[in-house]
Amino acid sequence: MATEEYVTDSSSDFTEYWIDLFLGIKGNEYFCDVDDEYIRDRFNLTGLNQEVSKLPTLIDIITDLVDIESQPEEHRDTLEHNARILYGLIHARYILTSRGLNKMFEKYRNGDFGYCPRVHCQLHPLLPIGLNDQPRLNSVKLYCAKCEDLFNPKSARHSVIDGAYFGTSFPAMFFQNFPQVIPIHSKETYVPKVFGFKLHEYSKLNRWRELQRIKLEKRLVKNGVQISNVVGGFVTDPVEDHPQELEQSASRQ
Amino acid sequence: MPSDPEDDYIPWIQQFCELFGHDYFVPVAQEFIEDDFNLTGLSSQVPYYREALYTILDYQVETAEDHPDEKAILNGSHSNNNTKTELPNKALLARSAELLYGLIHARYIISKPGLTAMASKFERNEFGSCPRYFCDGMHLIPVGSTDMAGQETVRLYCPCCNDIYIPSSSRYLNIDGAFFGTTFPGLLVKMFPEIENQCRIRINKFNQNDFGLKLFGFKINELSASGPRMKWLKMHPKSSEEKDEYNNCEYSIPLDEVSTGDESDMDDNGEDLDDDDKTMASE
Ligand SMILES: [Zn+2]
Ligand SMILES: [Zn+2]
Repeated sequence: MATEEYVTDSSSDFTEYWIDLFLGIKGNEYFCDVDDEYIRDRFNLTGLNQEVSKLPTLIDIITDLVDIESQPEEHRDTLEHNARILYGLIHARYILTSRGLNKMFEKYRNGDFGYCPRVHCQLHPLLPIGLNDQPRLNSVKLYCAKCEDLFNPKSARHSVIDGAYFGTSFPAMFFQNFPQVIPIHSKETYVPKVFGFKLHEYSKLNRWRELQRIKLEKRLVKNGVQISNVVGGFVTDPVEDHPQELEQSASRQ
Repeated sequence: MPSDPEDDYIPWIQQFCELFGHDYFVPVAQEFIEDDFNLTGLSSQVPYYREALYTILDYQVETAEDHPDEKAILNGSHSNNNTKTELPNKALLARSAELLYGLIHARYIISKPGLTAMASKFERNEFGSCPRYFCDGMHLIPVGSTDMAGQETVRLYCPCCNDIYIPSSSRYLNIDGAFFGTTFPGLLVKMFPEIENQCRIRINKFNQNDFGLKLFGFKINELSASGPRMKWLKMHPKSSEEKDEYNNCEYSIPLDEVSTGDESDMDDNGEDLDDDDKTMASE
């Protein structure tokens, strides 16, 4: 990873914080800023020395105790590169803490992670998620809580970010902490039509899927779980009784 | 016959297709437009239909600006009794021509030559890829949620997840969906079986992958509000029981099986919650 965007003007007296510079790099919009105290608490970094070398120096760079310019020139690129990896891995842990979750909640509300592209999700805000907690395996994906599906980030800048910097547990932890933003799910589906007639195989698959949902609803109700127009439940019409769609009938939406 | 003899003249259709955000459109063949049969019913939907048609076909059309003495019609609200002496102004005519072209386009792309032209664009991925991770870059197909102009903007259909998406670039957010229509994607998929093959490969590749939110490796229980409630939306029948059940959905949802068969219901539960040891009950 080149560091062109990171060139600091060493002749200037004005110094910027490493974290602020990192967060300002285009493509790093998904990250929140991790508290210095969290980074300096060695307990929080348990095991990370296996992922990057020179952990103590990297911590000093991230927390501005050491200026990267004071390091031998031939090491600077590697140090900067590893500092970014380390920040990402600390970030994944930090966003599971109460302070980190609150910061990510603000970003979520700002739509910093983008919105679900699915028409029926009506621009529901997304959350970043990793498919692995190990670095270098998969890039970051986006999770929509409304359709419970994973999406690729729109921008190429975001699609190269390591998913491990957000981790596999983040959305689950997020919704445990902020259950009030769990959406009410939509039952709407799409079936392709030709001259107004729904394509048979697609209708059939859709009916089977609807059956799976009805079975789920029954299981939930049997266990005393509210599902009608409540968070985690489904949008329900006041007079709904699973209308059977007439096969090959022109739809009148 | 085109009346503009200049060398640097660009046909109207080409100009339209080259406009910013118009890259989902294909050029409609001249013969298609010249066949009156293909235009049946459009004259009542498009103001200044005749002038708009001539514009598209590159005939010289007189506008209000050519006759400054006469009363120009300024806005779209023209009366039904517009006589031949009333001429559209340039802006109005341009809008009518685009509307007419869009409506013809929707018909053209469900004709054989139009479908073929759009299939090539689909193959070249000119409509973009499905944003859904599990669709693995499946190419998208433009679709309208209605065939009425002026209602909804264009959407993109993914034949793999069978869902519709908002185009990722804002340049398409004012393109009328009716200019692609509701029928086009279904017809494309039916006419080019290769598309369903591409989907089948992707579905088989990911069908074993059972994505759901996890906390420190433990799946969230479906009884929890943040537990899996939408799996049904993208599910495919896997087990032989599911396949039987799927076959029973030929004409309707076999609801009676769900409501009466409490015992078999329980069995289904058992299967779904099989991974209890990996399931974390969360309040
Ligand atoms: Zn969604
Ligand atoms: Zn898809």
